[in-house]
Order: sequence, then C-alpha cells, then structure tokens
Amino acid sequence: MSDESQDQILKKTVLHSTHVESNAKMVPFGGWDMPVQYADGIIAEINAVRNVAGIFDVSHMGRLEFEGENAESFLSSFLSANLPALKIGRGKYNFICNEDGGIIDDAMIYRTGDQSYLLVINAGNADIDMEWINPLVEKSTGFTMKIVTNETAMIAIQGPKAVEIIDALSNGEASGIRRFRIGSAMVAGISATLARTGYTGEDGFEIIVPADQGEKLWNVLREAGAVEAGLGARDVLRLEAGLPLNGNDLSTETNPFEAGFGRFAYFEAPNSIAGAALKRISATETARALVGFKMTGRGIPRAGLNIHESNSSNIDESNVIGMVTSGTHSPTVDGGIGMGYVEQKYSATGTKIIIDVRGRSVEAEIVDMPFYKRS
Amino acid sequence: MYPEDLKYSKEHEWVRMNGNIAEVGVTVFAQESLGDVVFVDLPEAGTDVAQFAKFGEIESVKAVSDLFSPVGGKIVEVNAAATDSPEVVNEEPYGTGWLIKVELADASQLDELMDSATYQTTLE
Repeated sequence: MSDESQDQILKKTVLHSTHVESNAKMVPFGGWDMPVQYADGIIAEINAVRNVAGIFDVSHMGRLEFEGENAESFLSSFLSANLPALKIGRGKYNFICNEDGGIIDDAMIYRTGDQSYLLVINAGNADIDMEWINPLVEKSTGFTMKIVTNETAMIAIQGPKAVEIIDALSNGEASGIRRFRIGSAMVAGISATLARTGYTGEDGFEIIVPADQGEKLWNVLREAGAVEAGLGARDVLRLEAGLPLNGNDLSTETNPFEAGFGRFAYFEAPNSIAGAALKRISATETARALVGFKMTGRGIPRAGLNIHESNSSNIDESNVIGMVTSGTHSPTVDGGIGMGYVEQKYSATGTKIIIDVRGRSVEAEIVDMPFYKRS
Repeated sequence: MYPEDLKYSKEHEWVRMNGNIAEVGVTVFAQESLGDVVFVDLPEAGTDVAQFAKFGEIESVKAVSDLFSPVGGKIVEVNAAATDSPEVVNEEPYGTGWLIKVELADASQLDELMDSATYQTTLE
C-alpha cells in the first residue's frame, strides 16, 4: 500500500519560480507549494498592505466558470446566495453547505453575464468541494462547468494605493469597477478580469489573467510599487479584518448562523440542498457564537486553545466555555487577537474571558469585529 | 553570524560567559527560522533552571517555540527589553536581544556545548 499523503507532489502556481527567486520561504498549503513570507518578513508585508499596497499570488484558489440557461438554477442548489437577485457584474460572499447546514466551504460567486458565473473556492478545500459538486453536475443539464484554475493566474492587489496602481496601468478603467463588482480591462496590455474584492480589509482587486501572463503582471505590479506578500501576512490581515478562514473558523461542524454570517445564508431557493436545514437553524438562537476577542493580559491566542469563564479561580474542564479557532499577534492592533466559538450567553461584547495559553491563564475580552477597519 | 567567543546548543541557543554568569540568547539561525518575533515569555529572576530544560517560550507571528537553557543554575537576571520589545531578538540576537543570565551551577556543563565552527556544521 502506498501512502499518498507522503508521496503527494505539491502543485506549483505559474509564479512559483518568481517566488523562489525572491527568496520566499515556501510551505505546503492545500496541496500547493506556496510563499508564506518573503525576505522582509510578515510584519513588513502587513504594514505594506495597510499603508501602500501588497500583492498576493492567489492562483492556488479554485476557479470555476459556469455557463448556460440552467447555470443559475444549478448553482442555487448548492450555494447560499440569492442568485436570481444577483445583478450582472456583481459578486457575493456565500457558503457551500451540506444537508445539515454545515459549512463545506465559503466562496465568492460572481455573475459575469446573463447566464454565466465565476465561482472562486478555497485551495485547501478544492478537492472536497469538487467531490460535492461533481456528482451534482452529473445529474444536471443545460449548462457547462469549466475549471480554469490551471489555465489562469490570479493575483490579489490590496491596500490604500491598490486602485490607484491598477488605474494607472489600465487607462483609468479599473476604478470604474466598484466594490464587490467584477469587470474586464486591459492591465499593462494584458487582458484581465478584475474583481474588486479581497481578503485583507483593504480596497483592491483580485485579477485573473491567462496563466502565461501571470509573471508579467506580477513584475509590473512590483515595479509599480506593490510589495510581495505571502500567506503569513494574508492570514493576519484577514483576521484583523474579521474574516473567517475555512478549516479554522468554519467547518462542517458549524453553520453560517453560528459563525455570525447568517446574512450570507440565503435558503429560499426551491432546489437548495441546505435550504431546509438553514431555515430551521435561522429560526432559533444558536447554542454558540463565533466571537472576536482581544488579549488584555500578556499572551498570544492560537487555534485550539480553550476559552474559560473569567471568574474561574482555576482553569479546568468545568469552566471551559469555548475554543479559539484563529489567533495571532496583530501588528496593526499591536496585541494578541483571536476568534473563537463560545456558548451564546458569553458572546456579548465586553464579556471578559480567560484563554488557557498552554497552562497559563491569560485574560481577554470579547470585542466587536473587525479589529481593523480601513479609514 | 556565529561569534567565536560564544558556545552553542543544538536547540539554537548561545551562551556568553562572564565569570560564572552565563548570558543566554537565541542564534541568528533561530531568529531567522522563526521570522518576526512578537512575543517572549521568560521566568522570574531567582528561578532555577536545569541544563537543557525549558525556561520560556518565543513566538513569531505564525508559531510558538520553546526556549531551552543551554546551562543550568539560578536565573539571576531576565532581559526586560526582550519581553517589552521582542523585535530586539531579530535585530540583535547576540546583543540587546539576550534573554536570561544564569549563575552557572557547574562549569563542566560547558563541555556539552559546541563551539562556533561545530555549531555551524549542524546547520548545513
């Protein structure tokens, strides 16, 4: 018997050699060999995104195009977005949920035409998503599905200067695409699809170009002043912005309502697989809630640490009220921040909690998210 | 990168002897592997530590690592600069980024540490 996980060859994006030449530290992520940071380090990259602009290779994310008269109805069966209400040229955050309302993945769906859509899914979850989607495709007709992950590159440019940079490279066309919209433009002479979305809390674009143009675009953006940023910075930036990470904060063990994203869980589509479960969940208060918290004592929260009631004299199993699902040191907030699920009665803003940091009781307080909001 | 007057442990800590006081920190290799250091947890002065035992934790943005003391004895001083401004560990790992000073219990412990050249061969 062969152990596939041991023998698995990591996939490489078209920018892989560019990252290696930039002395990036490469790590396995979702089956891909990806840059976790470049030479100047995670904090410098975070500051660049918050103050100027950063670029991220997000070519590893799954990109699927759907086209045809039944595309809308088909996508409505497994996405939690109200697609008939989604206008052409707009995007929507949503979930892929199972029959119980559990989250298989979170995704962005863009309507690119009357009968055409682009779905962007997480790299780490792409195989699981496809195991879910493919059998549904086989049972359906009236549309085509095309996986374009390998034939395209996707680069996110994020930060206060991002739109200005892309505008200068596109004769001012880019800024005509407003927040959460998608459009096309020539960027540095490259035919590009631009989505004005991202995962950092900053303005900017996610740019899809033909795979053989990826390296050219990356280098043009660097020359224009954008700083290379890796997965390490991206994870801190998304947490500062209060955005969940599937696999950490979202899983089949939780649902959009517990996670506080009920407004992105449309369940009225008549053929929705998760519709009945999501409707039932939406009708009552969930037992737990995903909250954000800030450390008030000395310590950095990390995923997997237990959350305890604040008046516990000794932290033990009897006073566990939840678990941290994401945590880090935030250079923007200048302190430890995290997300986690707690019992509903402990979820109010201002509630004091204790994080068990490997045996040390460290005080924290539940705060409103996002931790950072762009001005 | 690895000063010749220091002794090194395989856990990537260094020791600088001054009389019977051993100054301890992490090596350039350690701080570069960690990346940006954002948190250092050290014990109180007066605590005893055994050779090669855990004495604290050091955290980067992404990861937590244990600190192991290359020598045993009583911790006589801890570096407040390292806990207050953890970036000094990246900036000057052999200088202002030192971590603890230990009153050496037994000088023969130093024989179990490596010189600069030997330590560097372990990094290859």
